[in-house]
Amino acid sequence: MTTDPGFWLLQTLNALQLSMLLFLLSIGLTVIFGLMHFVNLAHGALYAAGAYVAASVSAVAGFWAGLVLAPLAVAVIGVLLYGGLIRRMRRSGPMAQVLVTFGLIFVALDLTRLIWGDIALASAMPPLLEGRLSVLGIDYPLYRLFVIGLGLVVFAALAFVLGRTQIGAMIRAGVDNDAMAACLGINVERLFFIVFCLGCALAGLAGAVAAPLLSVSPDMGLQILIPTLIVIVIGGLGSLQGAIAGSLVYGFVQTFGAVLAPGLASVLIYGLLAAILVIRPTGLFPAKG
Amino acid sequence: MLDAGQAMEPVLELEQLCAGYGETQVLHGLSVQAAPGRVLALLGRNGAGKSTTLKTVMGLLPVRAGQVRFRGAPMPRQPHDIARAGIAYVPETRDIFPSLSVRENLELTARRFRGDWTLERVLTLFPRLGERLDNGGTQLSGGEQQMLAMARALLMNPRLLILDEPTEGLAPIIVQQLHDSLQALKRAGLSMLIVEQNFGFATALADDVAVVGRGQVVWTGSAAAIRADTGVQHQWLGV
Repeated sequence: MTTDPGFWLLQTLNALQLSMLLFLLSIGLTVIFGLMHFVNLAHGALYAAGAYVAASVSAVAGFWAGLVLAPLAVAVIGVLLYGGLIRRMRRSGPMAQVLVTFGLIFVALDLTRLIWGDIALASAMPPLLEGRLSVLGIDYPLYRLFVIGLGLVVFAALAFVLGRTQIGAMIRAGVDNDAMAACLGINVERLFFIVFCLGCALAGLAGAVAAPLLSVSPDMGLQILIPTLIVIVIGGLGSLQGAIAGSLVYGFVQTFGAVLAPGLASVLIYGLLAAILVIRPTGLFPAKG
Repeated sequence: MLDAGQAMEPVLELEQLCAGYGETQVLHGLSVQAAPGRVLALLGRNGAGKSTTLKTVMGLLPVRAGQVRFRGAPMPRQPHDIARAGIAYVPETRDIFPSLSVRENLELTARRFRGDWTLERVLTLFPRLGERLDNGGTQLSGGEQQMLAMARALLMNPRLLILDEPTEGLAPIIVQQLHDSLQALKRAGLSMLIVEQNFGFATALADDVAVVGRGQVVWTGSAAAIRADTGVQHQWLGV
């Protein structure tokens, strides 16, 4: 099968689709960490919340309503989290932040069980994206192409905002050196709040996009957390390039590993992670500060 | 006389200031005033508390006791509010943002604080930067980084410019250029507070000098007076 070009194309598209999903998750987490050195392990729980909101809304009002409302709802959760917890924990050390946000995962887990029950929810694809599309000779599910396209659009939009606008320059300055950015009149805390809410919204978007692909279950946030953390460690903390590079590395290694060396697939990515940490301890494209 | 009295209200006033890092208190009741339109140099040995004073003024270290007043009003607490109140700070380490180009480093402040200092005007003062606008911030030499840090500060159109060790690590010819640039700013009437190890450089630029020793101000006077007073130089500066 490995001599069939269709096989390689199919797996490449699968890898891209996984990469884009991970990118939507990791970009928020990595910039939040880069800007404020804040470790938010509950990021996966926000992704699960996005999936649940999207599944519930789409059952009533259709997929597109869910796709729009889920990021907004998760951004609102982000505002509440920030005001209630994270702002107070900014000055406590990373260990306290890790423990509290790790605890939040379990709070979220039980909250979703209370609200939606302990069963997996199915979420329907939009009729518009249900079919398959012929891509260079292979039939590929349209919805997965949509996920790839959405990831690329978000990447392009973030690359533009971070690279070409004043607020993007402010965010990069804050990631490089938050104290100096503040001395130039930038309200770094407010910048962090905006980035945090945007990161939450993107996690919610990832959940909404993933809902029709995977079964929506309470522990989906926990399952995605480790891959997301691997992505940002491979890519390097705090940078957009790092998030996209790490996502691509993870997506391709995981996908091709699973079909080419199924026995090794589960350890392959950890081996790669270890190798990258030895060769480039700060990851592929760390923020420069 | 009233006008003269108002004009002489200190631009910056530190009163019995105490501050430090963690368990270590560095400033023990430091008091000093900076007069508007003049250059005040803080001199003293390493560890005397000069840089700590500047960081406390900028809100990077909390005020543990005492007061900081800026143009007659209590200083805000947060660094970004202090910056917006009209204080620009050039730290010892320059702190150019490595992820930003030279142009972005400058526009960061140019767009927020509009006034007499424009991009064109700072590029007239530091023409080297004009040739480097699209370079990354850290591709610059030490002297160029110092100029960029100063240009970025000037674009804040500050009422007080704070410089920490501006000549550190710079070649003598660059130090001379820096001196000329700072003299030009002084002639333009900008109030400055400067910490500097280079005694000759500091006293050539400054109008007033405060000598800091063990976290307090131990001597104040004019730059001319300290140049003539070898006793103070010997006791507090080790010159």
